[in-house]
Amino acid sequence: MKIISFLSSMMIPFVLFYIIGYGLLAKRDIYHDFLEGAKDGLKIVAGLIPTLIGLMTGIGVLRASGFLDFLGDALGKITSAAGISPEIVPLALVRLFSSSAASGLLLDIFKEFGTDSLTGLTASLILSSTESVFYCMSVYFGSVGIQKTRYTLPGALTATLAGILASVWIAGFLM
Amino acid sequence: MTYLWGGMILVGIVYGAFTGNLQAVTEAVVSSSGEAVSLCISMAGITAMWTGIMKIAENTGLVSFLAGKMRPLLRFLFPRLDPDSRAGKFICLNFLSNCLGLSWASTSSGLTAVRELKELEDTARKTDPSGWKKGAASNEMCTFLIINVSSLQLIPVNMIAYRAQYGSVNPAAIVGPAVLATAVSTGAAVIFCKIADRKRRHS
Repeated sequence: MKIISFLSSMMIPFVLFYIIGYGLLAKRDIYHDFLEGAKDGLKIVAGLIPTLIGLMTGIGVLRASGFLDFLGDALGKITSAAGISPEIVPLALVRLFSSSAASGLLLDIFKEFGTDSLTGLTASLILSSTESVFYCMSVYFGSVGIQKTRYTLPGALTATLAGILASVWIAGFLM
Repeated sequence: MTYLWGGMILVGIVYGAFTGNLQAVTEAVVSSSGEAVSLCISMAGITAMWTGIMKIAENTGLVSFLAGKMRPLLRFLFPRLDPDSRAGKFICLNFLSNCLGLSWASTSSGLTAVRELKELEDTARKTDPSGWKKGAASNEMCTFLIINVSSLQLIPVNMIAYRAQYGSVNPAAIVGPAVLATAVSTGAAVIFCKIADRKRRHS
């Protein structure tokens, strides 16, 4: 545990040190390179603002209306018949839209069931093995003006579902 | 995307009207759009920082070196993409930073990779008009996105921190099982992409 958290806290400083040290050794004008790259990055983010306003408003409306809760509860009733606790489905559903909202739900689960319970473990695994599909898709595709996403969504949902099923199964196996 | 987004808003409003949550919906429109702008402002600094750092890594040849090591993987996932293209290099960079859990670096490199893929597609369209129309994702973009959202992170650092905070007996014990679950989701993504890519080849 100590080693892992030490390594992960060292990661960013190490990467920065390595890239900048390498650049200096190669005798590049690295500050000029940095400014050029940073300018590109700012342009990309500026272009993302409309996309994010659209997306986050959509998600906000859907959450505020209570529809996500309704859908999660309804699906949760079905899956609880299969032995999966009903808290898992809303979590997985929210996860598709927003990482921060999913983290909030995760902490609720931790508070209620504990981290090392079956539900807590399943929830931890689900959040570790999936991503916020809709958020990523709109950010990446939105940044280059792609409207037709073709088979991206089915593929992303397949991967997410596989991650969720694996999490449920592994957590059950561990308990 | 159009229908997805439109559907989200319409379903939200209709459901909100039935459950009497319309006031909350109205407030969400105001607050979410504001949140989006503040998110952009807060991510602007760190994204620009990483695109700057990656520009250094690119110009010193470090990116090409890393991408060279990942060439077999790139060849396998993107058979029709030139592995020496800028797009290929930034895809490698994105996968790598994703695995290491450098989320901002991965966002920065991912955005660059998608932009490069779009430019390749635009150039290809000039010589071969039978391809996908402007505004449609190329097979490479689909594959890139699907692999990306299948979660590549090996060590879920945030998750370990949350678990420690909420009194887990062994917070880091999640690493092994998490790697396994991530492998399953990424495996499913790879299989899906290989099948879809074969079926929907347009040229």
